[in-house]
Amino acid sequence: MRLRLWLVAALVLGTALPAYADRRSDAKAHVDFGIVVAQKGLWKAATTQWQKAVEIDPTYGAAWNNLGIGHEQLGNFADARKAYDKALELEPNNNFIRNNYDQFREIYDRQNRRRDR
Amino acid sequence: MIARTVVAIGSLSVALASAGCLNFYEIAVETPIQAKIDVTGFQRVLVAGFLTGGSRNIDPNTETARLLRSQLRTKQDMRVIDADVISLVDEIDKRRAATSPTTPSITVAGTDDPKIKNEADLKTYEDIFNDAEYWKKIGAEYQSPLIVTGSVMFTEISKSGMVSRPQTFIDPQGVTRYQEVRSYSDLKGYALTPKFVFIDGRTGAVLYSESFHEESLYPAGNNTPALSSYFELMDKLLPSFLNTLSTQKIRGSRILLK
Repeated sequence: MRLRLWLVAALVLGTALPAYADRRSDAKAHVDFGIVVAQKGLWKAATTQWQKAVEIDPTYGAAWNNLGIGHEQLGNFADARKAYDKALELEPNNNFIRNNYDQFREIYDRQNRRRDR
Repeated sequence: MIARTVVAIGSLSVALASAGCLNFYEIAVETPIQAKIDVTGFQRVLVAGFLTGGSRNIDPNTETARLLRSQLRTKQDMRVIDADVISLVDEIDKRRAATSPTTPSITVAGTDDPKIKNEADLKTYEDIFNDAEYWKKIGAEYQSPLIVTGSVMFTEISKSGMVSRPQTFIDPQGVTRYQEVRSYSDLKGYALTPKFVFIDGRTGAVLYSESFHEESLYPAGNNTPALSSYFELMDKLLPSFLNTLSTQKIRGSRILLK
């Protein structure tokens, strides 16, 4: 009985892990390319790449972080906030994401305070 | 010899590994903050004048109008109208005198003293911002510009509190070092409380208004000129003021992750 359970677990892991690794690898290719174009100042193209990355692998915290930065640079603050929130949900202890988010929130709150007036 | 080779190979492999595994990139960013009001319908902007009061060391009406005009000339696209700065206080006093000549609005002891000394005095004058007919008339005179007006209170303040300042000392090795020393001190300075009101010169209606408050304090012994303190405080507010009319970019940096 126990042996059969081990076999099932091994089978599940054996099929799921390569699929996950493939997804992450595809998403990573988009993230890397997004970084290259962002470094050239092409934020719209970069944001498209990171959007594709999170669609392929929605558990990829770094991709959500970059997507947040991309939306922020395009002035889409509501989308930026959603992306940063997701990145922090996936990686709550990542200080890089936390710092990016804090700096964004300072600007986001300022803009919203002014809208309320 | 072998140990040295091992260390060299080890450091090289660590360096290569860290270069290959670099998974974050700092990138310079310019986050755009959208303008608060849509000014595409205006070709010109008129900084009309302000209700001012507080300290008599400077003339906040003239200084504010001059400063905002020069900033608007360089930081946005509308044509800035050069016109005499309106004294809104005098305008209201004139109206009050016309309606009830026997009761002057606010009595002033000395002739140099400002008529508005505090927030309470200011309140009695603020109705002028809602006088659409008056602003429409001004607008008609200058071909329907966006009108910038408001109030500026520039007051002297004094407080007491803990102040830290660097102090040098020589350590036991004879090396000069610095340390922060905190002490209780009397502070003097100025507070600036402006309210900027943006009015549509075509209709006389208020489009937007925003208030600020900034303070600058110095040790009581310092003799900081009022005008330099005024500019120091206005410098802090100008980005927000300009952002009302035009999109501003905030420079910073973010970390991209792999």
